[in-house]
Order: sequence, then C-alpha cells, then structure tokens
Amino acid sequence: MNLTIEARIENVEEVISFVNDQLKGMGCTLRAKTQIDIALDELFSNICRYAYGEGIGHATISVEEVPEENAVRITLEDSGIPFNPLSHEDPDVTLDLHERTIGGLGIFMVKKTMTDVNYEYKDGVNTLTVLKTI
Amino acid sequence: MDINLEHVGTRLTVTVAGRLNTGTAPEFEEKLIPALKGVEELIIDFADLDYISSAGLRIVLTSQKIMNRQGTMVIRNVKPEIYEVFEMTGFVDFLTIQ
Repeated sequence: MNLTIEARIENVEEVISFVNDQLKGMGCTLRAKTQIDIALDELFSNICRYAYGEGIGHATISVEEVPEENAVRITLEDSGIPFNPLSHEDPDVTLDLHERTIGGLGIFMVKKTMTDVNYEYKDGVNTLTVLKTI
Repeated sequence: MDINLEHVGTRLTVTVAGRLNTGTAPEFEEKLIPALKGVEELIIDFADLDYISSAGLRIVLTSQKIMNRQGTMVIRNVKPEIYEVFEMTGFVDFLTIQ
C-alpha cells in the first residue's frame, strides 16, 4: 500500500495515521510503533522543509511487511533536490546544555531506533528506506 | 495535543497530552515560551504525552535554557518511551526528571 501526499508539515499526522493503519494486524509492539511514529515525523518533515525549496512537491510513503524478518519496511520517496540526510555527522549528545542545539537530532534518533536505514538517489528520486523489527 | 498551563504565583505547571511532534510543536512553543516570563519554578507534566520528536525536544531545550537563568525546571511523570528519547539524545544529562 502506498500514499502520495503533498509534502507539507500539516500532512505529517496523515502520514503517521496511514502507516499506523498498515501496521495494524502485523503484531507491532507499542514501543516499535512509537519509534516508527517518531521516525516518520522526522523523515517526512525533512522532506517538507528541504526537498522542494520554496515550492510544494509530493512525497510517496509505502509500507511493506517483511514477515521473514519480523519487520516492516517503510519507504519515503520525493522528487526534490538530491539530499542524503544520513550523510551528516551525528550530533554530539554529550555536550553541556548551553552548547546544545537541536540540529541533526531527528535523523540521529531515526538511525538509533530503526533496524536499518538506507538512502538512494536514482532517476531524480530520493528514496529513504527504513527497516524496523516489530 | 492538549496543553494546559496553570500559574500559582511564580510557579507554572504545564501538562501536555498527545503527540508532541512537528505538527503540534509550534502551538506548544507559542503557548509555553511567553508564559515563562516571571516564572521561577516550572513543572512540566508528561503523564499523558504519547511521544516526543526532535521538534518537541527543541522546545524542552529552549525552556531549560530559559529556566536556568530564572529558576528551576522539572519534568514529571515521564513514560518509558519518552524517557528513552531523553536518554538516547543525552537530554537526561541536563534535565531534572522526577
């Protein structure tokens, strides 16, 4: 199943609901579901903010069960500017409060909580694939 | 998301229920940050918070920086899923979680 939707911040809830609906019946734990919700929030909002500059484009989200790995594979695609969110250096999470900023923390959480995260740019499409054991 | 602010003197108690994410964080920020003026004791109650993303963490960070200058801030009733996020991001090092 997939969902193609305008890449706007207001649509983040709809993306999360769509994925949650797909997760129903897969036996997903609450912990895994919460982590997936956070990951979707981070990844979809990244597309909204950076993929299309000032313009508006679309993103396609698809969900696929991977029973042999007891996992779910979620793919986010956009046809915006090539951007690999995984290429950035992880933030230093040991800094003092006054030195801390929020930059990069979202993607860092995605990398920490998801089983596997991959990025590919091909034929004008950014594809971010997340595998999560449920 | 539901936000409730309760002022008693210079103490402010904030309860947040639901999801604190990219979509809801702006509303939380608009309500919370101006309300911190004159507050010496900030209590944030996350008992009914389902999850927090980096957009919500940014506001927690901003609040802590403000409260370090003017008083104290504690976060109460943190669910394990939320605590895990604070731990993963190193926020546990500077937050007071009760």
